[in-house]
Amino acid sequence: MAGEKTVETTGLLGWVDRRFPLTATWKAHLSEYYAPKNFNFWYFFGSLALLVLVLQIVTGIFLVMHYKPDAERAFQSVEYIMREVPWGWLIRYMHSTGASMFFVVVYLHMLRGLFYGSYRKPRELVWIFGVAIFLCLMGEAFFGYLLPWGQMSYWGAQVIVNLFSAIPFIGPELSLWIRGDYVVSDATLNRFFSFHVIAIPLVLIGLVAAHIVALHEVGSNNPDGIEIKEKKDRHGRPLDGIPFHPFYSVHDIMGVAGFLIVFAAIVFFAPEMGGYFLEYNNFIPADPLKTPPHIAPVWYFTPFYSMLRATTDEFTWVLAGAALLAAIALFVKGNLKGLWRIAVPAALVLVAVLLRTIDAKFWGVVAMGGAVVILFFLPWLDHSPVKSIRYRPGWHKWLYGIFIVNFLILGYLGTQAPNDIFNLMSQIGTVIYLAFFLLMPVWSRLGTFKPVPDRVTFHAH
Amino acid sequence: MSQDTIVLDDDGAVDPNLPPDPSRRFWVGTACAAGGVAGVATAVPFVSTFAPSEKARAAGAPVEVDIGTMAPGEMRTVEWRGKPVWILRRTPEQIEGLKQTDSLVADPNSDRAGFTPAYAKNEYRSRKPEYFVCVGICTHLGCSPTAHFEAQAGLPTGGFLCPCHGSTFDLAGRVFRNKPAPDNLEVPPYQYLSDTRIIVGVDEDNKA
Repeated sequence: MAGEKTVETTGLLGWVDRRFPLTATWKAHLSEYYAPKNFNFWYFFGSLALLVLVLQIVTGIFLVMHYKPDAERAFQSVEYIMREVPWGWLIRYMHSTGASMFFVVVYLHMLRGLFYGSYRKPRELVWIFGVAIFLCLMGEAFFGYLLPWGQMSYWGAQVIVNLFSAIPFIGPELSLWIRGDYVVSDATLNRFFSFHVIAIPLVLIGLVAAHIVALHEVGSNNPDGIEIKEKKDRHGRPLDGIPFHPFYSVHDIMGVAGFLIVFAAIVFFAPEMGGYFLEYNNFIPADPLKTPPHIAPVWYFTPFYSMLRATTDEFTWVLAGAALLAAIALFVKGNLKGLWRIAVPAALVLVAVLLRTIDAKFWGVVAMGGAVVILFFLPWLDHSPVKSIRYRPGWHKWLYGIFIVNFLILGYLGTQAPNDIFNLMSQIGTVIYLAFFLLMPVWSRLGTFKPVPDRVTFHAH
Repeated sequence: MSQDTIVLDDDGAVDPNLPPDPSRRFWVGTACAAGGVAGVATAVPFVSTFAPSEKARAAGAPVEVDIGTMAPGEMRTVEWRGKPVWILRRTPEQIEGLKQTDSLVADPNSDRAGFTPAYAKNEYRSRKPEYFVCVGICTHLGCSPTAHFEAQAGLPTGGFLCPCHGSTFDLAGRVFRNKPAPDNLEVPPYQYLSDTRIIVGVDEDNKA
């Protein structure tokens, strides 16, 4: 019969440690988790994302105490929270601002990963969990946006649910199944409420835990994109690492303070953010018979929404042409082996044929979904010999610059009413976005790379 | 430690020299299969709860509309199955305009199946050229287009513009070429009860 295990701690903590790995967990993830000492500004956004998650959960819990998920009463209950619940307006504005700020922080966090190659081996799973978190966030934001039951809520949900109807054969039945009615209705509102307050948050928390556990298993990347674990002192601690606590816990609290200044400024002075965080049409109750004259999703979805709109019948010719070119290039010059050499180009030819036989509507959905899903494959698309942008050829930085500007332009176009020039611009933008990723295996290995240092670049303040 | 040294550090451990037990394997497999079937069977009711309820299915009652009081050029919207149904009394010029748009629309004869009942499969997409009845929901992603009776860019003789993705339709609900919407606006089942009354949701093939 085994007794209690031996631990270093004594007293109450010792009693706990003999039964639960409290001190061991604290050490593994905080006081003895060694993070590179050269983190810069970009490294604030991970901890800020965690902060916003907590903020959304806490404000959400309090909103649910007053909100009514009922098509007849939802709009009223939100107005009730805004006007009659003491401080209800503050909680609701914190939640709505939090939603937008979540995406600000997460987009910057992802951009950091892109700059410094944080998705490269051995951090592929950290990145994949991260993209899954991003997908969940998009779902969470979408389901949550229906709840106020305003015009934008209603018609936004109508459009997005109808995206599924574009899938050949099962589409119409599938979108009916998602809505639970022939149009977006009370049934839809109730199930979206359930997804928003319980299903997705549970998955989200699980994924965040997996993201952090995976990160702490392989260790954090840094702006130089080199492994600090390769240079250790005689105690086995990375020479360029510092314990997360207290060094980065204190550092991140400074980030939190800065973030909260911006956050409070928005909550108190511009909660609608000129119609970008809370759209004006959503202050009108949902009317199933009348679409507002201009509808657009909230800003964080607009780059992807632009790609959806860009895919017209004409545009599928361009995509089919690109697929054919890729098929020829892979067949002639590709370094695929054996059967793959035939199979991959053949599959691309099939895609080209399907692009012209299935409705453009379906391909719009594929372009939009693909733009997100392609991120999962980033670790295997990037073939650059160095991780960090610091040691890449100068023109790579220009490519990243074009990618960012292009993403912002797509985002802007998605907020605007469609017209011919904007459509052409979003089509070009869609091609740039997809080409950036799909051609990455080719361009990422070209050019003259700079030598990577042995130790991280660090200047004490 | 070499691979062939067998270490039994626990008296209760199973001796690795024992031959595999095929009957045990069989029962493990059977238990997993039976459990899997039960798991899938349990998922069925959960998945089914997502389908439209009996209440939602029953809500699709037909709607009667008095069109006797409509002036030429007037459009009226009624609700059928939660969707807007438009009834437009077209003016002679508007009917004439459909000939002009014939060459500009993607599917002038409504050949694509599913959106046009046989009695509306004509240039006017209606039973009587004067009265046009259609579901006011864009066939792209389900927004409700807005009517523009004045000629304007992209709508040479007036028509409908979807605010969501810019699809345009002529006054017979036919989608213009190279727009996101794949189909013409849906013509619902409807029939005339008299010269001045129509019923939406019922026709020869669809009983109420």
